[in-house]
Amino acid sequence: MTTQLPPGISLEKVDDRIMTLNVGPQHPGSGHMRLIIKVDGDYIVSCDPDPGYVHRGEEKMAEYRNYIQNIPHLERPVIHDSSNILYPYCLAVEDLLGIEVPERAKYIRVIAAELNRCIYTLYWLAIYGIFLGHSTMFMWPAGDRELFIDLLEAMSGARVTHAYLVPGGIRNDLPANFEERCLRQVNYFEKRIKEYEAIFYQNPILKSRTEGTGILSRTDAIRLGTTGSVLRASGIDFDIRKKEPYDVYENLDFETVVMKEGDSYARSYVPYLEMFESCRIIRDALSKMPKSGSVRTKLKPNPKGGNEEVFKRVESGRGALGYYIVSNNRPEPYRVKISVGSFRNLICMPYLLKGELLGNMPSVYWSLNYWPVEADR
Amino acid sequence: MSSENDKDGQPETTESHGDEKPLSKDEAKKFYEEKGIDFSPDAPINPRPVPEFEKSISDKISSKFGPKITVDYVRAHRIRVSTKKEDILSVAQFIRDELGYDHAESVAGVDYPDSKEIEVVYHLGSYTDEKLASQVLALATRVPREEIPNPGKDSSRMTSLREVFYSVEFHERECFEMFGVFFEGHPDNRRLLLPEDWADIPPFRKDFKIKGR
Amino acid sequence: MLKEFFNQETAPHATNVLVGKLGDILVRAVGKPLDYAINWGRLWSLWPVHLETACCSVEFGAASSPRYDVERFGIIEAFGSLRQCDLIVVMGTITRKMAPRLRMVYDQMPDPKYVIAMGACAITGGLYFDSYNVLPGIDGVLPVDIYVPGCPPRPETLIQGCMLLQEKIKRMKGA
Repeated sequence: MTTQLPPGISLEKVDDRIMTLNVGPQHPGSGHMRLIIKVDGDYIVSCDPDPGYVHRGEEKMAEYRNYIQNIPHLERPVIHDSSNILYPYCLAVEDLLGIEVPERAKYIRVIAAELNRCIYTLYWLAIYGIFLGHSTMFMWPAGDRELFIDLLEAMSGARVTHAYLVPGGIRNDLPANFEERCLRQVNYFEKRIKEYEAIFYQNPILKSRTEGTGILSRTDAIRLGTTGSVLRASGIDFDIRKKEPYDVYENLDFETVVMKEGDSYARSYVPYLEMFESCRIIRDALSKMPKSGSVRTKLKPNPKGGNEEVFKRVESGRGALGYYIVSNNRPEPYRVKISVGSFRNLICMPYLLKGELLGNMPSVYWSLNYWPVEADR
Repeated sequence: MSSENDKDGQPETTESHGDEKPLSKDEAKKFYEEKGIDFSPDAPINPRPVPEFEKSISDKISSKFGPKITVDYVRAHRIRVSTKKEDILSVAQFIRDELGYDHAESVAGVDYPDSKEIEVVYHLGSYTDEKLASQVLALATRVPREEIPNPGKDSSRMTSLREVFYSVEFHERECFEMFGVFFEGHPDNRRLLLPEDWADIPPFRKDFKIKGR
Repeated sequence: MLKEFFNQETAPHATNVLVGKLGDILVRAVGKPLDYAINWGRLWSLWPVHLETACCSVEFGAASSPRYDVERFGIIEAFGSLRQCDLIVVMGTITRKMAPRLRMVYDQMPDPKYVIAMGACAITGGLYFDSYNVLPGIDGVLPVDIYVPGCPPRPETLIQGCMLLQEKIKRMKGA
């Protein structure tokens, strides 16, 4: 009996020695995407990533909605990092419309972005744990993540899709005694994540599966144009929060985390260390924030951008996230291009998986800090 | 909002919110003109000063290539240079070797049906040069646009920059399927994000309408 | 005439009245408890397929986190092979590229199987109603048992949807 297969799926045997494996879209070691892997025995000969399973045409949809209507659907690609994906959009629209943001709103934006970065990193860490068969490492970050979600829920009213950052500032002011609550959470969290070190990062099984696998050298990291934690794990000191500070990041006290090894272990360790820096930023921003004042500059109804273009980028949980907006005197943008870190890191996958053991595929794949929904947009 | 500002002792900013009586059109215009805000549609929204360092970079490119390129704008941290599609390879090589830009942030296509052109914009950045870390250079070129596209076989094609900036590989594949711009010299101009059985025109072109709009 | 009469006489349900009646009584006596027992086994160990289709998978992950702990209701975290699964939670948007794969995954699952449409996108297309690559809901692809609204649904909503599914399974025919 011959069944009608969907296009792009073939069951034919290529070679006696080389076998083709479809990893995904239904696979415990990958989600939302497919890796077409050719294996010789246990070793990966070639890897061809096939993204696009969540391609929803965000950029096309943005051309039919005005600058405010675009906010909800542009945050959907990364709902657990929604403040950071809206951040460059707000910066770009403010630049286009010539809006000044109140000082207090800038600090609150930074706090929201850093809380969201922690939420993203903890979710990522939870899935990394489960990929490597470490269920405790799923439970701990997934539980700690809820505390940050509570904070952002108190700020914005929504659990994950906050839409808290809007062009002109933030949607509403902080709730009563938020500062105190936030500080308590940050202090608890800094003590708490030190325990991850012992249970996860010093675990010999984890070390043997991640150390020395998928090594990305410094020159290759530059040549492939990687970004975010992948880049910093390969020894390049590049963080947009430091190099091209937006809003109030230049006033705040934090360090860039850089590691030299460039293997899966370093790539998974850098986001973990960055959570400590996020805590530092939140604490610093809370102390330097103006205690009262306006938090939102009201826009004109249905604002029109000029006849110009703008490219703004921020550092998100997955690396540089840029918006390229072309406007042509209309309330809707003419073209919106979202340059996302996940899509830029996709190019590493065929490069790093070649010659790797098939069993190391999940550890390399998820250490690239790749969120397929964002990459497909 | 205004009452909060009064308590902080900033009466200057609250003056505008004080009087609630509606203004006539002329009065409103005068009111905004006094504040230095121009609401005519063609007015540049905020005229930006031309920074020194960015100017020096754009001068280097224009002194090397002369009339082959046009510098569209020079702003803080952003430069945009456009060139013809025949010259883009040499310009890109100059930008990489002499100026120190080493990777591509994104490759964006913009469709202009009125002038029958598709613009391809490479946003280039640098990791190696400390001074260039905050800079993004947009290198733009325009390729002809066909009324009835036939991706890969019609005249909307240009030289791939993969030999110069290796990181454009997946971005160019995306641009090919979304706009139908074929990149000559690219090793695999295959489909990336769209379904395998996609039989419509490239979706990001302006003549592709989404449902209900 | 005679032949028809003869045939009617020899038909098993007519000739062996006792067996027919006994069968009915047996189905009534054993069927209901049997159904109950089979359904009881099914509803406390629902194995969802690990098929993430869009961003709602974040909230699906959160549902099995310690705070919500969906496992106490008999919904086990999505780890198994799809050959051992009996529940498919469609987590969000189904694009045109994913739809044939979704159907393939569903077809490979053994019977009985249940479908939960999670999120506005899986129900109607949601926020992406006018996108060129998104299906307006999965009704054309899979027979849906339970719709869980929200964009994304909170984990509590998902848990409620799972409990509604369990209520539904209780009333289903067992065999």
